[in-house]
Amino acid sequence: MDDSLFFTDQHLQVREMVRDFARTEIAPIARQHDAEARFPWTTVKRMADLGMLGVPWPEELGGAGMDYLSYILTVHELARVDASHSITCSAHTTLGTSPIMDFGTEEQKRRFVPYLAAGKVLGGFGLTEPGAGSDAGGTATMAVDKGDHYVLNGSKIFITHAGVGEIFIVTARTTPGHGNKGITAFIVCKPTVDAEAAAAVGTGHAPDLPWTRGVSAGKKEDKMGWRASDTRELHFEDAVVPREQVLGEVGKGFVQFLKTLDSGRIGVAALCLGLAEGAYDEARKYASQRKQFGRYIAGFQGVSFALADMATEIEAGRLLTYHAAWLKQHGKPHKLEAAQAKLYCSELAMRTTIKAVQVHGGYGYTTDYPVERMMRDAKVGEIGEGTSEIQRLVIAREILGDVVEG
Amino acid sequence: MKIAVCIKRVPDTETRVKIAADGASLDESGVKFIMSPYDEYAVEEALQRRDKAGGGEVVAVALGPDAAQETLRAALAMGADRGVLLKAERIPADALAVAKALAAELKDGGYDLVLFGKMAVDDYHHAVGPMVAELLGLPCVTAVSKLELEGGKGVAEREIEGGVEVVEFALPAVLTAEKGLNTPRYPALKGIMAAKKKPLEVKPPALGEVRVVAAALALPPERKAGRILGEGPDVVPELVRLLRTEAKVL
Ligand SMILES: Cc1cc2nc3c(=O)[nH]c(=O)nc-3n(C[C@H](O)[C@H](O)[C@H](O)COP(=O)(O)OP(=O)(O)OC[C@H]3O[C@@H](n4cnc5c(N)ncnc54)[C@H](O)[C@@H]3O)c2cc1C
Repeated sequence: MDDSLFFTDQHLQVREMVRDFARTEIAPIARQHDAEARFPWTTVKRMADLGMLGVPWPEELGGAGMDYLSYILTVHELARVDASHSITCSAHTTLGTSPIMDFGTEEQKRRFVPYLAAGKVLGGFGLTEPGAGSDAGGTATMAVDKGDHYVLNGSKIFITHAGVGEIFIVTARTTPGHGNKGITAFIVCKPTVDAEAAAAVGTGHAPDLPWTRGVSAGKKEDKMGWRASDTRELHFEDAVVPREQVLGEVGKGFVQFLKTLDSGRIGVAALCLGLAEGAYDEARKYASQRKQFGRYIAGFQGVSFALADMATEIEAGRLLTYHAAWLKQHGKPHKLEAAQAKLYCSELAMRTTIKAVQVHGGYGYTTDYPVERMMRDAKVGEIGEGTSEIQRLVIAREILGDVVEG
Repeated sequence: MKIAVCIKRVPDTETRVKIAADGASLDESGVKFIMSPYDEYAVEEALQRRDKAGGGEVVAVALGPDAAQETLRAALAMGADRGVLLKAERIPADALAVAKALAAELKDGGYDLVLFGKMAVDDYHHAVGPMVAELLGLPCVTAVSKLELEGGKGVAEREIEGGVEVVEFALPAVLTAEKGLNTPRYPALKGIMAAKKKPLEVKPPALGEVRVVAAALALPPERKAGRILGEGPDVVPELVRLLRTEAKVL
């Protein structure tokens, strides 16, 4: 893809900076954080200072004031080196902040976005429940209207940043039954579980947030990949949420999260694209250095054709991803293109990382090379923010209409 | 404090060098260009000095082709206040010609400090900074790895063979930066946004007469593959013998 197709000089400057930061600051620590499943507070603080936690939000609200493509470039470049850092940026921005920007009242934006856009605290999005995954309309968390406040009871699962984060958009049922119109989104705040680490680096905790009594983080998941990202349950026990923390309007939660996920998929596509590219970079480098049978293994057709396929598919993924991002940036419909980009790139990341391990032979199976981590990190791309099956469902509905059953 | 920092656009250090058809220049197709890494230390030092002094101006100056505007934008994104491009199709191989153009630009600028990288990583001249100092009649300290400024005076440390040399000098002065002088910052996204709106002046350089030209470029001979003699103490005598007789390094 020619850079001038979607990018200005400024985009290239952003790409250069993030690339340089990722290679210099993140690459040396990624393995250790993965092994210890430890949230990378030090580098996250630096990302906050550099503006990477609020790329597309206006400067008045603490953001970097850049465009959506700059944000997607950031997610992409981070993932070339480490998917955990990339999902931190992506989940915080698209899931944790964009719902407030897109659906919040002016007062809600003014009150909550500056903390998030400047990276003073991390944000998250609580939709999935033990009994409501792909079928997120099956939300069972209840919110009972008490006049000036709601009382929430229930549990969310697999919530990115549930432990380390402080501001969350969560969905709950305000009308009993299964109807999609009965779902409402709320803004809730709970203190980070890593108070000490946050204090040490100087980001991650804002003492003056309006804490929501009764909201707490639950068990931390021990995951296959994205191990330096924090994934936990989020519990509500008679949680008291003031009425002014209803996100936008009552009963709009379902439509809101569908829209959030439509755009979120472009972020996951960019993350998966970055992973694929990172694994390909490693494989190409290794194949040009490793000798067997007296020659570089890149010289064997069995290896060179694999690299050729990787390069070609990555190019396709790049066009799908940046085209979807371009559509969103220009306010054009992008539901279909975002789902296609996410579906293609997540499967691309899986194929490419598996192949990259293969190119490395036995060395690729050890933690001395990053490709085994990349392979583990790739799998969740086919699951999070809508599984590949759900992407196919979305795409099928877009191209075939109502004949497709839900 | 008013500081000028002279920066050069050079090929990325990871470039796979190809020689152009004329046999005397780099084939620039597909080559990525960056700010010479030593110049990054100079920019960072300039920014820190300005901020420590509680104000002033950092002016980034580059001599080079139009594309060197990118290099200047990078300095502006880091925090420099304005940029000056002395636009030349090619950067002459004659360091003195370049130094004369820079000195002409800096002469009446009223700078307290003029900073350079200790060398450009493409031509390794180590020359332009000291030459500019000479042309401006200013004291010059090269390869500075630590710097203190107090009043109109400065103390700099230079790493020399086997030790550290401490030198004192009066301001204004010309300094060239060594690795380790500081940790250059990444340009924050806000800095990249702000850089767009900062002034960048493009003008012709008052180049000196070019009396040195690059006549030819050649790649170093390819390194021969190493040989592994074996493992363990048993092979040491053979290794020593070969180092003496074949490699002739002992
Ligand atoms: C690391 C990680 C981070 C996450 N972060 C968040 C977060 O921040 N916020 C949040 O709300 N959620 C988050 N999730 C949850 C994620 O979005 C869900 O796991 C995902 O939507 C799938 O839901 P499920 O796990 O309940 O699987 P299920 O929905 O139970 O699906 C199981 C299988 O059935 C298939 N299936 C289901 N329905 C259909 C159908 N109609 N047709 C065909 N196949 C179908 C699925 O594709 C899948 O293969 C995260 C998950 C992980 C692993």
